[in-house]
Amino acid sequence: MAIDKSMNILIVDDYKTMLRIIRNILKQIDFNNIDEASDGTEALTKLRTGQYGLIISDWNMAPMTGLQLLQEVRADNRLRQTPFIMVTAESKTENVVAAKAAGVSNYIVKPFNAETLRDKIEKVLGHA
Amino acid sequence: MPDPRLAARALSAEFCGTMPLDGRETGVEALREKLAAIRAEQPYLEPDIVAKIVSAVLTTIGHDLSTKEATLLKEVGELSNTIAIAKAEIAALRVNDIKDHDIPSATDELDAIVDHTAQATNSILESCELLDEVAASVSGDIAVKLLAATARIYESCSFQDITGQRISKVVTTLKTIEDKASQIVRTFGQQEKAVSQDAETCSTPEAALLNGPQLPAQAMDQSDIDKLLASFE
Repeated sequence: MAIDKSMNILIVDDYKTMLRIIRNILKQIDFNNIDEASDGTEALTKLRTGQYGLIISDWNMAPMTGLQLLQEVRADNRLRQTPFIMVTAESKTENVVAAKAAGVSNYIVKPFNAETLRDKIEKVLGHA
Repeated sequence: MPDPRLAARALSAEFCGTMPLDGRETGVEALREKLAAIRAEQPYLEPDIVAKIVSAVLTTIGHDLSTKEATLLKEVGELSNTIAIAKAEIAALRVNDIKDHDIPSATDELDAIVDHTAQATNSILESCELLDEVAASVSGDIAVKLLAATARIYESCSFQDITGQRISKVVTTLKTIEDKASQIVRTFGQQEKAVSQDAETCSTPEAALLNGPQLPAQAMDQSDIDKLLASFE
């Protein structure tokens, strides 16, 4: 079964440059329905009013961090099954453990490449 | 401001002059209570005033002491001199200049670096997006090569995010130094009142996890993270 490339993807990062980079990489691998949010609060609002097949989020943002966003998503009955990839420079063991405990689907450390992003998206969507 | 000599004479007369030879422990206890009372009255007593009081007390009671006590008290006297020297050295550092000018200037420079790299990165990204449009209008090997090249550029441009986070860490460190400098100024003779020193306390448990990018020698790479995640399966 092929990946549904028409799904809506929400990317969350407080660096506009990073949003632009991820958006362009996603477009290169044929995902064109991409929405953006600059922190967890804005992301949660969009998630609760829209339909998204995948969340790709940074961790270190204010006022709501990526980890808090993940916890909110997993606590929400409608959103809890949405695949969630953390893309962050936080690369300590305790970060990965905390994210896993909160229910992260996969974890990408910055700086990353397009191949890693594509690989992780395929894995979380069940097409490894 | 209390006169150190008068304070010393009062303490000396009260606790040393009337102290029986076999009642020193009682005298020490009384001295502690008196010092506690002084602290309650003067919570922000400057260190050099304390040093002067100690020095004056030592001078007053010096002739009643044994050799061992005199040696100990001489060392205490030297300690008070050390405090005075440290205060002079800190004054020479012009901590206020560091706090009011040098550190804010350095943080402004670092903020400018972040702004300029962001502008440059956005220009690069605009050019890449144009190349992506060109790639979409051609076919075959040329399109593949163009897309591969722009993908590499997109990946490389994430340096701006990493750089920004590293600079944020440096700015946080500079602000910590600024706070410490302020505390030193307050402790050594300025008239400002002491403040809470719990600035390093993390406000939430998650705050301890937010370390930002690690230096290459300390960081886990993607394969390490993949292995760690796999260990949960």
